[in-house]
Order: sequence, then C-alpha cells, then structure tokens
Amino acid sequence: MQVKELTKRYDGKTVVNQVSFAIPKGKVISLIGPNGAGKSTVMGIISRLIARDGGMVDFEGSDIGKWKSRELSKRLAILTQANNIQMKLTVRELVTFGRFPYSGGRTTAEDQEIIDRAISYMELGAFEDQFIDELSGGQRQRAYIAMVIAQDTEYVLLDEPTNNLDIYHATNMMKIVRRLCDELGKTVILVLHEINYAAFYSDYICAFKDGRIAKFGTVKEVMTKENLSQVYGVDFEIMEIAGRPLSIYY
Amino acid sequence: MFALLLVLAVWSLFVGVLDVELSGLLQGDREHLEVFLISRLPRLLAILCTGIGMSVAGLIMQQLCMNKFVSPTTGATISSAQFGILLALLFLPNSTLWGRAIFSFAFAVFGTWIFVWFIQRIQFKDVVMVPLVGIMFGNVIGGITNYLAYKYEMTQALSTWLVGHFSMVLRGRYEIVWLTVPLVVLAFLFANHFNIVGMGKDFSQNLGVPYNFVLFLGLTIAAMITASVVVVVGSISYIGLIVPNLVAMFKGDKIRGTLIDTALFGALFVLVCDMVGRMVIFPYELPIELIVGIIGSVLFVALLLYRLRHGRKAVRLNRKEGGVA
Repeated sequence: MQVKELTKRYDGKTVVNQVSFAIPKGKVISLIGPNGAGKSTVMGIISRLIARDGGMVDFEGSDIGKWKSRELSKRLAILTQANNIQMKLTVRELVTFGRFPYSGGRTTAEDQEIIDRAISYMELGAFEDQFIDELSGGQRQRAYIAMVIAQDTEYVLLDEPTNNLDIYHATNMMKIVRRLCDELGKTVILVLHEINYAAFYSDYICAFKDGRIAKFGTVKEVMTKENLSQVYGVDFEIMEIAGRPLSIYY
Repeated sequence: MFALLLVLAVWSLFVGVLDVELSGLLQGDREHLEVFLISRLPRLLAILCTGIGMSVAGLIMQQLCMNKFVSPTTGATISSAQFGILLALLFLPNSTLWGRAIFSFAFAVFGTWIFVWFIQRIQFKDVVMVPLVGIMFGNVIGGITNYLAYKYEMTQALSTWLVGHFSMVLRGRYEIVWLTVPLVVLAFLFANHFNIVGMGKDFSQNLGVPYNFVLFLGLTIAAMITASVVVVVGSISYIGLIVPNLVAMFKGDKIRGTLIDTALFGALFVLVCDMVGRMVIFPYELPIELIVGIIGSVLFVALLLYRLRHGRKAVRLNRKEGGVA
C-alpha cells in the first residue's frame, strides 16, 4: 500500500498536506503526533472512510477509490471509536458481522468455524452469548478485534485502540496488536497517543506534525530526542529498556 | 406467542354487534357469511397488518437512527402521512383511496427523510433530544395540517385519519394495508444490513455496506409501511415505540432474531387493544387509538422506570446461573 501526496482540507484549512509514504507489509506501523496533526485523517483516507481532496492511495495496484467496497472489506479492516455501543448484540453476533463481506447474512459452516476461532483467539468463549453493552471496555474492545479477525483481512487499521482503557487493558491490547502481526501475518496500522506503546510494540513509526510527516522510519530511527522534541514541542529524554527506545517527557 | 395470537384472532372474528356464529357459517347462512367476509375478516387482517407493520417500522427506525425512542410517531412519519392525505383531499377531491395513498406515501417518506437528515446534521449528545425534535417537527406538520383543514373546512373529513380506528375497515376499502406484508418481508431480507448500519457509519463502511443507501432504503420502507396503515386505519401511536423496545429487552437487538417476535407481539398487542375497545362499552366501540394510548402510555412509563432502575441491562429468562434478572 502506498500513499502519494495526500491532501485534505476542512473549511479551507489544510489538515493533511502532501503526505506520501509506503506501508511495509506484515509490520506494525504506528501513526503518532499531537492533536490535530492529521494522523487520524490520514488513517480515515487510507481506509476510504474519509474522502480526500488530493493525492492518491495505491492499494495493491489500483486506487482505493476504484475498489469495490465489498472486495476491499475482505482485504482491509478498519476499527474506529465511533461505534454504537448501545446496541444489544451478543459477542457472537458481533463477530459474525465480520463474515458479512464474504457471505452476507447467510453464514456457512466454514464461516462458523472462522468465527469460533476468532472468539477463542480473543479468549471470549465465556462471554460469547453476552451482550456487548454489558461487557467491560477491555472485553468489548477484544470483541471488536475478534470481529476484525473474522473479517480475515490482510490489513488491519485501528484508530486509537487503547483509548479509554486502563493500563492493564491497554497493554493487553498492544500485545494483541503484536500477535495480529506476528502470528496472523497481518499488516497493522494504528493511531496512538502513547508514544511508548508505539515505541515498544511497533516496527515503524510515522510521526505527524501540522498535517505533514515529520519523520517516518523504524522505531529506532524515529525515537530520538531531536525528532520527538520537534514533533511535540516539549523536552524529551530517550532511554533504552529491554532493547527498545522509550521516552520520558517533561 | 403465535398460538396465543391464533386463538385470539379466531375469537376476535366472533366479537361484534351482529351475531356471527360458527354454526351459521358452516351451514352457509348468507347473512352470517356476509358479515364475516365483508367486515370481520377484513378487520382482523387489517389489525394484524397494522400491528405487524407499525412495530416493524418502529424497529427499523430505532435501529437506523441508533435511538430507542424514535418511532413513526416520534419521527414525524405519521404526521407527514396525514399531511399528504389532506393535500390529496384538497387538491384532488375526487381522488381514490389509491390516489390518497400515493400522496401519503410520498409525504411520509419525505418527512422522515427530512427528520433524519436533520438529526444527522445536528449531532445531539442526548438521546432524548432526538425524539423531542421529532415530536416538535411532527407537531409543526400537524399544525399546518390542522390550519389547512380549518381553512378549507376539511376537519370533519380529516378526523378519520387523525384518530386511528378499525370500525371503517370493510372489504374493498382496506386492501392497501396489505402492502405492509411485502414491505415487512423486504425488511426481513435487509435485516442484517439494518443492523450493521445501526452500528454506525464507519462500522458499516468497514464491512462494505453502503451506509446512506441502506439508511434511506430502511427509512423508506418504514415510512411506506406507516403510510399504508395511516391511509386505512388512521394514526396509531405508541406501537412502533413500545413493541420493539419490549421485545428488545428480552431478545436483544439482532433484527433477524427479533423481527418475527416483534411482528407477532405487535399484532397481538393491537388485536388485544382492539378487542378491549370493542367490548368495554359493548355494543358501541372505542377507537383503537384511545385504547392503545392508555395501555401504551402506561407501558411506556413502566419502561422508562425500568430503564432508570436497571440501566440497559437485559431481562434474561434463561441465564445460566439461574434466576431472572
């Protein structure tokens, strides 16, 4: 997947400005940056949720806008925070929606098997008949991830998956992200606010500032004192823990 | 539930001022047979279609608007349909039932679209605001309707459609209500789509479901069901609000799983209300709107109180740990 000179304007204000980068396959890529830097908008554009004003998104050889929505949803899944959590659906019913691009409303025996596997992979077996609005935030997030696993896409896009989760659940979520990549071979792109989660659990980091890419590279390349200070406008120290660069800001 | 509905349906056929008895029917008594075929059977069918239609329309609207308090009454659908009928009466005084129905369909669909377009434009934080806006919008349309009716001295004619009742349901002038049947079947076919759209725009796009198309398809179906009921029976409030809510409390929100229950329960609810209306001051009868209004408002308050006390916890009949919540 390749992004070329993406541009997006809201009310005359340019929020994404000439953004270009190539997404390495089979890796975890974190998009970081201060509020309003354009990272979520870029995520929205590459997942076809947001219309762009310029540039192109090359997805497996053709522009993302030329893909049939249903075909695309077999290859790319996006999870945002804007879901209706009021809905009384059981975990299993939710995960079953993941098979919708393949078999519509009628699931086959194979679909059921995939759903079973997704549920047990996310360790939701005990909750599968519970309504999602009765689950804790962490469990509900896992239910959504199980749906994405059932959707069986090569690319998984997550918009702030650790939002509103406590440290325990957020860390577990990041471990799940890692497993999606390492065990299931998916390319995971996520928007994150916590820099250290990005540093510890991703392969590449793309740092945004003012609608442009400030720095894109491996974790080691991006996680430097100079880069982060420039992006966030505060002082940083970088330490190495467990062979990973972690940051302290003050 | 189905069995209960069947028993009551058969019973209802034999409730009325004119005596109709099974023995008479079987012996081929012409008078009995005529009352039966011209009045009783059409009435029962109209009741069933109304109950099924209004509750399914409410279910669809609640799912698509992601709001449990939206229904044909609180979504301006009924008042728009009435407005359409009035315009048909005004501008095409000689219009047939079908002519009025087409006007009513067009306005119901249009009114519902405007309402939903409006609530999507203004993102309300509070769920109660949405139905309040709908009620206000409905009342504005209702006000215009009344004003025009007064001005052109049509109030008398219009009152038939303002207060829902089944006493005018006779063979030859109620068949439009059958339209609810194919529309409900259509709703069932798109049940999963409605569910997905009800989860939100991003959610449905992720699964390759065209959000706007399904949203407007669903609203159109709901509005047409409502309009076909309003044209024949008049306005019947509360059913579209209460029935889907009660069923969802027990069965959850998966439309494929609850649509049939919702339809059956809706039919049962209207049938019981109609029979009460027919028997309470026998040999006269009360309009169904009155009975539904009384029972419906009591149930509605009970529902609100239950929600306040228990939050959105579901009532579970067969929880594994035992005990009923």
